[in-house]
Amino acid sequence: MDQRTIVCLSCPKGCRVTVKANGDDIKDISGHECPQGIEYAKNEYLNPTRILPTTVRVKNGQIALVPVKTAAPIPKGKIGEAMQKLAEVEVEAPIKLGQVIVENIVETGVDVVATRSIKAKN
Amino acid sequence: MKTKRELVVVGGGPAGLAAALEAHKKGVKDILLIERDEYLGGILQQCIHNGFGLDYFNEELTGPEYAERFIDELKDKNIDVQLKTMVIDINEEKLITALSSKDGIEFIEAESIILAMGCRERTREAIRIPGTRPAGVMTAGAAQRYINIEGYLPGREIVILGSGDIGLIMARRLALEGADVKGVFEIMPYSSGLVRNKVQCLDDFGIPLYLQQTVAKIYGQKRVEAVDIVEVDDNLNQITETKKTIQCDTLLLSVGLIPENELSQQANISLDDITGGPIVDQTRETDIPGVFACGNVLQVHDLVDNVSEESEIAGKAAAEYLLNDQEKEIEQALEVSAGENITYVVPHTLNLNSKTDPIIELFFRVKDPAEDCKISIKDNKEELASYTRPIVEPGEIESVKLPVKLINKDSNEIIVELITGGE
Amino acid sequence: MNDKKYDILIVGGGVVGTAIARELSKYNLSIALFEKETDVASGTSKANSGIIHAGYNASKDTLKGRLNIESNPMFDQIVSDLKVPFKRIGSLVVGHSQEDKEKLILEKEKSLAQADIDLRVIEKQELREKEPDLAEDAIVALYAPNAGIISPYKLTIAQAENAANNGVEIHLQTEVKQVLHENNYITGIKTNKGEFYGSVVINAAGLYADKIAATVGENYEIVPRKGEYNLFDKKYGSLVNHVIFPMPSEKSKGILITPTVDGNLLLGPNSYVVDDKDDLEVTEQGLNEIWSGGKKLYPSLPGGGVISSFAGLRATIPADPYNDDFKIEALDKPVGFIDVAGIQSPGLSSAPGIAKMVERLIKDISTEIKAPISLKEKPTYNPELDKLPRLDDYKDHREDWHQVYQEDNNYGEIVCRCEHVTKGEIIAELKKSLAPPTLDALKRRTRASGGRCQGGFCGPRIAEIIAEEFNISPLEVTKNGPGSEILMERVKDIKADRDITYRRQKDEN
Repeated sequence: MDQRTIVCLSCPKGCRVTVKANGDDIKDISGHECPQGIEYAKNEYLNPTRILPTTVRVKNGQIALVPVKTAAPIPKGKIGEAMQKLAEVEVEAPIKLGQVIVENIVETGVDVVATRSIKAKN
Repeated sequence: MKTKRELVVVGGGPAGLAAALEAHKKGVKDILLIERDEYLGGILQQCIHNGFGLDYFNEELTGPEYAERFIDELKDKNIDVQLKTMVIDINEEKLITALSSKDGIEFIEAESIILAMGCRERTREAIRIPGTRPAGVMTAGAAQRYINIEGYLPGREIVILGSGDIGLIMARRLALEGADVKGVFEIMPYSSGLVRNKVQCLDDFGIPLYLQQTVAKIYGQKRVEAVDIVEVDDNLNQITETKKTIQCDTLLLSVGLIPENELSQQANISLDDITGGPIVDQTRETDIPGVFACGNVLQVHDLVDNVSEESEIAGKAAAEYLLNDQEKEIEQALEVSAGENITYVVPHTLNLNSKTDPIIELFFRVKDPAEDCKISIKDNKEELASYTRPIVEPGEIESVKLPVKLINKDSNEIIVELITGGE
Repeated sequence: MNDKKYDILIVGGGVVGTAIARELSKYNLSIALFEKETDVASGTSKANSGIIHAGYNASKDTLKGRLNIESNPMFDQIVSDLKVPFKRIGSLVVGHSQEDKEKLILEKEKSLAQADIDLRVIEKQELREKEPDLAEDAIVALYAPNAGIISPYKLTIAQAENAANNGVEIHLQTEVKQVLHENNYITGIKTNKGEFYGSVVINAAGLYADKIAATVGENYEIVPRKGEYNLFDKKYGSLVNHVIFPMPSEKSKGILITPTVDGNLLLGPNSYVVDDKDDLEVTEQGLNEIWSGGKKLYPSLPGGGVISSFAGLRATIPADPYNDDFKIEALDKPVGFIDVAGIQSPGLSSAPGIAKMVERLIKDISTEIKAPISLKEKPTYNPELDKLPRLDDYKDHREDWHQVYQEDNNYGEIVCRCEHVTKGEIIAELKKSLAPPTLDALKRRTRASGGRCQGGFCGPRIAEIIAEEFNISPLEVTKNGPGSEILMERVKDIKADRDITYRRQKDEN
């Protein structure tokens, strides 16, 4: 049986929740002080996801980089690959907040969007 | 060169933006917001990570997104903004001297001022790390600006001292961009950053957090070559035998923030030694009538959402000050003080009258972490109210909402105390 | 490589080397100065107490005593010509007992017997009026109104600039490896950038003077003696009004406290011999030592007010490293070699006198050297530097800054928030021929990034301005020369060739 301790982020208390499982089959969850801990630990164990905030190079913009994020959380394991991909991207200013910078980043079904509007250089 | 304004807001970060907007909503039309950088939003623009707005907007935003919502609204309302303008003097008569490349020296007679200058980071010198003085020692915020705005990596092999949120966030940011983060070292027995940041910024990347350890020495003539790490005991004394040397080319410091009150001092505004910010009443008015302070210039906040809320209090109060065209009538004045296990409380005083909001929120920090504890609000005779808390930490600002009707009419003080389990 | 012949070659761009260069630049001579670092004032001259002593400390029989006394009155003219900040704030040696008082009276009498120095012993009441925050137990002091404070690196830089304006060639990043001589006559020097020829070599190489002298067969050793300092935020500059010394010990004048000309407060130095001439480490022990020294004089010294700690090295010549004299002489062999070594405290206070002395030595040997020279004053010599506008100087009349701004709107853009330095001031300094593209050089010239945030806000912006002015990449901007680059690479550039390790959350069990 696998066993992993997950820090629950549902509230600032940060309970250490222990998950015991056979593969994807969760057998036991313990250590949580409220029901939110179960849900959190389950998701975090089976399919941990994160929003990826980073930057992308800008051509002809008032600043050199535009901040971006994945519009929804993507699997944790895909983040390295996504960073690699985004390192090769360059977008032309002007850029509007919310503008899609990369569609379906590394086949996650999630778009990468700009989180700041950037004017073109003059 | 000399102009008059009803309200001048000094600083265009989250505090200044929210304060200006709130004052405008409450009817002040002649507002000038002065910002020293070339864009609004302040430090939020380099905080590209998510985690902002959960309280204020009920959704999770990045720093620039959070800022842009306020900036757009400011534009809609046509509030005057002067960018790339630095306020260099403020005096007791509320005469502001500003300098910009567009207009040169300007003198502005303000009827009311909101101070929203934010804070700066503590440096290597503030914590006195011995050793050489090479390139490669910088504050986490400076590194953040280089990476997220200017587009440069300040180093490849990084040691981070201090587990404040900026330090944790920068650990992840550097790891994502390919740097090798050797670890985050924290002199205290607990992390001063949010739990969420510890998990998502360090644990996710396998970056170790070492508690009760600090940097004892910096090596390197031209560029940082290594640092000595040493464990400390419960009294923060270094345990010399535990010293080990770690090779690195960069030392990032996330060792605290200091409110930027040089202008407040020029104006002879009284400051609180603990917070480093002005002494204010519940409307965030300083001891100069018509001068208010909010955001990190008043006290260093953990969440920008709280900055926005606090700034709205100041914005509203500035509007009342201007529109009522009179000085506040004070029916009851109270001193608010930090009791057992409390580091400080904001506001520092309460000036009550019939128009005072029925509920006053008191913000404070605890001295040590505690679980299943109680916050007690007292005056010199009795407990007025108490509030239970499952967990409190020095790294997170706590607050309680105190109904004004609970305050005894003949009282002149309020004490906030933390009572831990077993008592 | 360089076939040009010079009359005089000066080794070292510290306060002494540049003072000599400036003094000699009034003559019709071809002079070159060599500095191994990226900027002048990079060694002892950048990290010391910045005090112009009244001159009572040392005996008149010593060079350092005589030169200090001779130099002190010369500073008024120098700073007026060079626009270097200087204040005669006076010094106080503070005593705590009747015994101290007797010692101070003795000191005064001894000094007055040697030279006409303004010196007074003052009692508790007058002392308190002068220094209200001084420790309660301080009851007596030796007061020397003519002591002053100066920015040692600004003085050095200004001397170099003025010398350069008057025709002296200043070669930075040029390390002198060997002094060349033939048949007992100086013929030139060998550097990392080739050979330079001339019949006079002045050795003002500070900590490394022994290495230079050794190449002409002169054997002595320079021993570095370290002193550590704390610099306090300007907020606390007014806590102290004079240069405050404790009662002196055998080995030094002790840990002093003084305001600086920039309005900060300076505490230090301690004093101990180190092995390494690059050892500028600040030590825990040293900081504690100066701190307790400071607290004794000023119990209200604010612990949180320190904005910078640094160490400097004085160049001493043993056997007695605590009590030796300057070594200033023209060697008989080889002819044309002038040693200016062992210039420890009060070297800064004595620099103008040292320059005059070297001038006399050169006159003495001018006809004996390999290619004889004559010291004719040139009519074009201009001892003055232009004063550049500084916003900080307009504190009490800001409206006048508007005119400066109207000439160039860069003077309206504040780059360093803590010290109020504008882009105009920064560019004006960077445009000067001597200014190197380093943050430290700019800090010493303008104070930009030298304030309480220590460059946290303005560092990135200053790097950008330096890069623009020098037409280089921000990646090439350094703190203090090659090897001290501030930035490593462009974000995103390393992704292509580096494996990004992304680890799953670790199981803690």
